[in-house]
Amino acid sequence: MNTVVVAQLQRQFQEYLVSLYQQGFLDNQFTELRKLQDEGTPDFVAEVVSLFFDDCSKLINSMSRSLGRPESVDFKQVDSGVHQLKGSSSSVGARRVKNVCISFKECCDVQNREGCLRCLQQVDYEYKMLKTKLEDLFNLEQQILQAGGTIPQININ
Amino acid sequence: MEKGFSPVGLRVLVVDDDPTWLKILEKMLKKCSYEVTTCGLAREALRLLRERKDGFDIVISDVNMPDMDGFKLLEHVGLELDLPVIMMSVDGETSRVMKGVQHGACDYLLKPIRMKELKIIWQHVLRKKLQEVRDIEGCCYDVGADWFTQAQFLGGGEDVSFGKKRKDFDFEKKLFQDESDQSSSSKKARVVWSYELHQKFVNAVNQIGCDHKAGPKKILDLMNIPWLTRENVASHLQKYRLYLSRLEKGKEIKCYSGGVKNMDSPPKDAEINSGHQSPGKSSSYAFLKATETDPKQLAPASVSDPTSGVHMPPKAKKTRIGYDPPISSGVFDSLLPWNDVPDPLESKPPILYENSFLQQQPLPSQSSYVANSAPSLMQEEMKPSYVNEDEFLMPQDKNSTVILQDMDLSAPFSSNATSNTDSIPGSLNWELPEAHHSGSLDTDLDFTWLHGEHFFANSGLQNFQFQDYTSSTSLLSEPPPHLWYGNDRLPDPDEYTLMVDQGLFIS
Repeated sequence: MNTVVVAQLQRQFQEYLVSLYQQGFLDNQFTELRKLQDEGTPDFVAEVVSLFFDDCSKLINSMSRSLGRPESVDFKQVDSGVHQLKGSSSSVGARRVKNVCISFKECCDVQNREGCLRCLQQVDYEYKMLKTKLEDLFNLEQQILQAGGTIPQININ
Repeated sequence: MEKGFSPVGLRVLVVDDDPTWLKILEKMLKKCSYEVTTCGLAREALRLLRERKDGFDIVISDVNMPDMDGFKLLEHVGLELDLPVIMMSVDGETSRVMKGVQHGACDYLLKPIRMKELKIIWQHVLRKKLQEVRDIEGCCYDVGADWFTQAQFLGGGEDVSFGKKRKDFDFEKKLFQDESDQSSSSKKARVVWSYELHQKFVNAVNQIGCDHKAGPKKILDLMNIPWLTRENVASHLQKYRLYLSRLEKGKEIKCYSGGVKNMDSPPKDAEINSGHQSPGKSSSYAFLKATETDPKQLAPASVSDPTSGVHMPPKAKKTRIGYDPPISSGVFDSLLPWNDVPDPLESKPPILYENSFLQQQPLPSQSSYVANSAPSLMQEEMKPSYVNEDEFLMPQDKNSTVILQDMDLSAPFSSNATSNTDSIPGSLNWELPEAHHSGSLDTDLDFTWLHGEHFFANSGLQNFQFQDYTSSTSLLSEPPPHLWYGNDRLPDPDEYTLMVDQGLFIS
């Protein structure tokens, strides 16, 4: 094991993770999620976020359909979708996604289709962005492990 | 890793249509060493529960589900199976929470849910069991030593230093002072509405016909129970009617100073929040259902939260009566939420579930079970501030303290001859994740329990936070093993005596 390489990777990992928090992509819930991961379930976090992204995709598609035709928008359905999305995003600490959901809900409440469409677009963007970021993060983790190191536990304050 | 205690093997059913949450909750609950079953649909959950009638100890369910309203599920579970149900939601709006309360939730957790909140859910199971036992007793008993109210039961939680929470604690203390003053002046024997007693009541009501024409006197006559008074019946009748109307209407409770935390729109809800809210924590509510008390005993608790200006309505306690569908009187049918229940009442105040530690009156303790050493031990070893009569923690726990006296944690409870003994060993498998150390009380409130065991792994002084769920639900930090009867709610009367003798049991 090349300790220099490992140390370097670990540092990179740490910086990257911290930056995600700082840029508001992630919040404390993600930290909690990482804490839940243990030797028995080393892919726990990855599995959970994967479930989340699948859920996002599904919900966004269905909301998109509901918002599709201006003359017959089912705002109830959209609202329900937003609620679910909010719940989901709070589960993994997807802070930006969650925040968009808050605005999204407001648009739903006043039946603002345009607003909803914008939020939908934004939420789509945010979740995909987060997905990319986390993929990079998991990659770093893999590199560390492959180099024989351990993934640092980082306390974000 | 958070400290805390939770009983191994508690059988939890988690219901949530969000696969992400389901996976996370499963993991979290497993980390608490609970036995977890997950379910993505409410109907599926009900099916499971009905199939394995005594297969679960507690249900945690999300409020929003596609196939069935979470509240509906809650009612079904509560009525049919009489299991404690905890509701969860991303939405912490007061009205939703209230709805949960009204439908009988024993708690309402806001997502994201913290480990510490899950670590203490066993308290709800314990509480329920305690109530059931009390119910089965079915007789009056003396209001015992008030020292019990001095008992400090701290649930699992984070280690909180004493100093930090001092001011919160004092506030609590003050509140509780008012409570206990009032209650101590009107001590009377309480009627415990046991299952049989309630049955007689219901039968009598039924016999009379339409329940709102049934007056307490008539009911009393029909019931033919010599020691029962008209007042007892009257108060029970009132509660019964409230229960029916609650089922049907789900009236909104106007004032609630339960302190909803962490809502998305803080400014307008700020008035409801107490000053003790800790940011970033999810809130949850301890909805306690105390046993019924004689109406005269009810000390109207008008506790106003100074910060919120919301008034706490007078206490109304309600017996959690276990309704068992097979025993059907016509009235029982009307209890089922899917039937229409005629509204028998003129408008009465809805049932109020308040923060437990505020509302609990000291419950009568079984003085016969209180071992001699206990009170003095408590007083000596515990810090004076916790031993005061004005301590606010669960008076219900009175009985619980008693159990702990002679508790031998290592011995599985064997005298419980319920039919589900096979489930008991599993549920009695007490593993304390923390090392115990005997020792005296130190300032961090790691209480040394009566036998010098270190029972309270975390003294959550955070439990003293006024509106904090963890504090309000603090019963014991760990339930005595024999209380995990597994499935049957009650031991046989013989067993009961046996248990009492062994000092293992509470009542």
